[in-house]
Amino acid sequence: MKVLSEKLFGGKQGAIGLAILSLLLFVVFPLWLDLFRLGLIGKYVTYAFVAISLVLLWGNGGILSLGQGMFFGLGGYCMAMFLKLEASDPISTKIQTTPGIPDFMDWNQLTALPWFWEPFKSLTLTILLVLIVPTLLAFIIGFAMFKRRVGGVYFAIITQAIALILSILIVGQQGYTGGVNGITDLKTMLGWDIRTDSAKYILYFANAGLLIACMLLARYILTSKFGMLLLAMRDKEERVRFSGYDVSNFKIFIFCIAAMISAIGGAMFTLQIGFMSPSFVGIVPSIEMVIFAAVGGRMSLIGAVYGTLLVNFGKTMFSETYPELWLFLMGGLFIAVVMFFPDGLAGVYEKYATKFNLTGKLSKLMIKFNKSASVTDELVGEKP
Amino acid sequence: MFGYSMEEVGNIVVMQGFSGLSLFSVLLLMALGLAIIFGQMGVINMAHGEFMAVGAYTTVFLSKIAVSYDIVNSYFVFAIVAAFILAFFIGYFIEFLLIRHLYKRPLDTLLATWGLSLVMQQIFRSTFGAKEVSAELPEWLLGSFKPTEDIDIPINGVFVMGLALIVTVGVYLFMYRSRWGLRVRATMQNRVMAGAVGINTKKVDRLTFALGCGIAGVAGAAFTTIASTGPTTGSLYIVDSFMVVVFGGAASLMGTIASAFGIAQAQSILQFFMTSSMGKVATLMTIVIILMMRPEGLFASKVRK
Repeated sequence: MKVLSEKLFGGKQGAIGLAILSLLLFVVFPLWLDLFRLGLIGKYVTYAFVAISLVLLWGNGGILSLGQGMFFGLGGYCMAMFLKLEASDPISTKIQTTPGIPDFMDWNQLTALPWFWEPFKSLTLTILLVLIVPTLLAFIIGFAMFKRRVGGVYFAIITQAIALILSILIVGQQGYTGGVNGITDLKTMLGWDIRTDSAKYILYFANAGLLIACMLLARYILTSKFGMLLLAMRDKEERVRFSGYDVSNFKIFIFCIAAMISAIGGAMFTLQIGFMSPSFVGIVPSIEMVIFAAVGGRMSLIGAVYGTLLVNFGKTMFSETYPELWLFLMGGLFIAVVMFFPDGLAGVYEKYATKFNLTGKLSKLMIKFNKSASVTDELVGEKP
Repeated sequence: MFGYSMEEVGNIVVMQGFSGLSLFSVLLLMALGLAIIFGQMGVINMAHGEFMAVGAYTTVFLSKIAVSYDIVNSYFVFAIVAAFILAFFIGYFIEFLLIRHLYKRPLDTLLATWGLSLVMQQIFRSTFGAKEVSAELPEWLLGSFKPTEDIDIPINGVFVMGLALIVTVGVYLFMYRSRWGLRVRATMQNRVMAGAVGINTKKVDRLTFALGCGIAGVAGAAFTTIASTGPTTGSLYIVDSFMVVVFGGAASLMGTIASAFGIAQAQSILQFFMTSSMGKVATLMTIVIILMMRPEGLFASKVRK
């Protein structure tokens, strides 16, 4: 039991942090905020999925992907395609030249549903595809690159280029994807109207619940032996390789997991906000999501969630009142975080928490010491 | 072929090829600066496009002054020099403030310079407005000449290409034939040893970065002759320029030229036969696939690591 709690919650401290976050998401926000603001929080929480995936991939794995927005978008598009098909049944689209296909296809003179839209008629298949399509893409990219030992800077640039390609492709193929407007006018899911107030509350709670679940999964990964290997790979890749581990397989695996977590966020985004557009796929959102993780703390799962919420809060507040100030602030934030707080909010918190709590400091040091000792022990002891 | 006669296809290829050459020249100028900053120093400068915009805005600004003094026909050469100098000094300053603290964390330079690019974009927007502006071009840059009946070649394209050639030769001479270039290359290859033989590596870093930015400024001046400039103009070219540098092989001047040529030509010829977005997708996709097969780029220098 103790082992499991250690693995899922990250010990006492992790459990407390997680409990506070759950309290905020499940109790404080729904009671305190009106539905509109709560909807905004729900939107930010979907971005937090990507931030968590980046903590796994970048903070712990040392792999910076500038294409996470692409996986977020793919997950969102898969969900949007299902909802769009349901919204364009033959009766409600009977004024079109070809009833029964989405309206943007009709505008673009398509007369039949393209083959890759067919699977999205079923919800089960759609949910599977939300998970599979981004993971598969991540696997292909990861396999091609990590097997050839491409990493670091080159990986970042190439994932960025792929995100650019995908967003141009979606914008360019208007008839198949809805073009620059994206897929809009989503109404129901299996007859359940997702635009009503009650549906919004339900989706918000489902979303927050999924986020906590993903955090538990991520924590489990990080505290397992694989998580230690991930850290070891980040710091001394060659050493891990020479110890007999196949580094590239681990990297492909974590890249796929990260893609899947981002995709869940994307699908939840579509459900809550009611549309999906290419502006969530390209380079800018991908880099913004990296900064959410960086502000919160690239090493801390909980920190990344808070970082996402805070940056987006700031964005909404400032872009409402002083839109021209926002870019200065955002740019300044990027620079300041990188220069002065490389570990983000979580790093700052850790520093001050320990400063005012000497016993805590000592115990933390012990934990850190034990951890680093056990990392080396396991790596060296396991496969000499 | 696509409903055109052979002669027409020939003319299209020549004209699209030539518009490809203009694109090639701008890409090459951008990529040369980036090849120095990224290829030699290993700094991922996401704000490189904004340094290009600095050059472009300088040119636009000077052209406004030139119009009021009625010297439109002769200001352009000064504008190029001014664009270089301004971008050079901003780069020098940025290196001092920002970049020099991050040499050991290349991925973090990416984030910090992205932040820098956001700030610079907003500065452009606040100073020059969100609309695109264009420079008053001297008369000798306008018009076109016709070698045959159906082929139109714009003079500004020829000019930009000439400029790109001159800068390329200049960079070559600087990097491979001057004492300074020797010091730069020595520092980048082995910083400790270079320091030990008495090279001031910090100064070299600063000048190298500033030089890369200065060349981006020249690219901006050249850019004003073929298109108008907006606050986000630079960011449109940044991924392309990175692809040029990575595709060509990071540290190779020849590679940069060849890949800028290949990418620009492929893009502009494909854009004629497909839609413009599909042309770009096809080009980028090909590059990504080739890079996955050959991560070190086209012209990789053989280094033992």
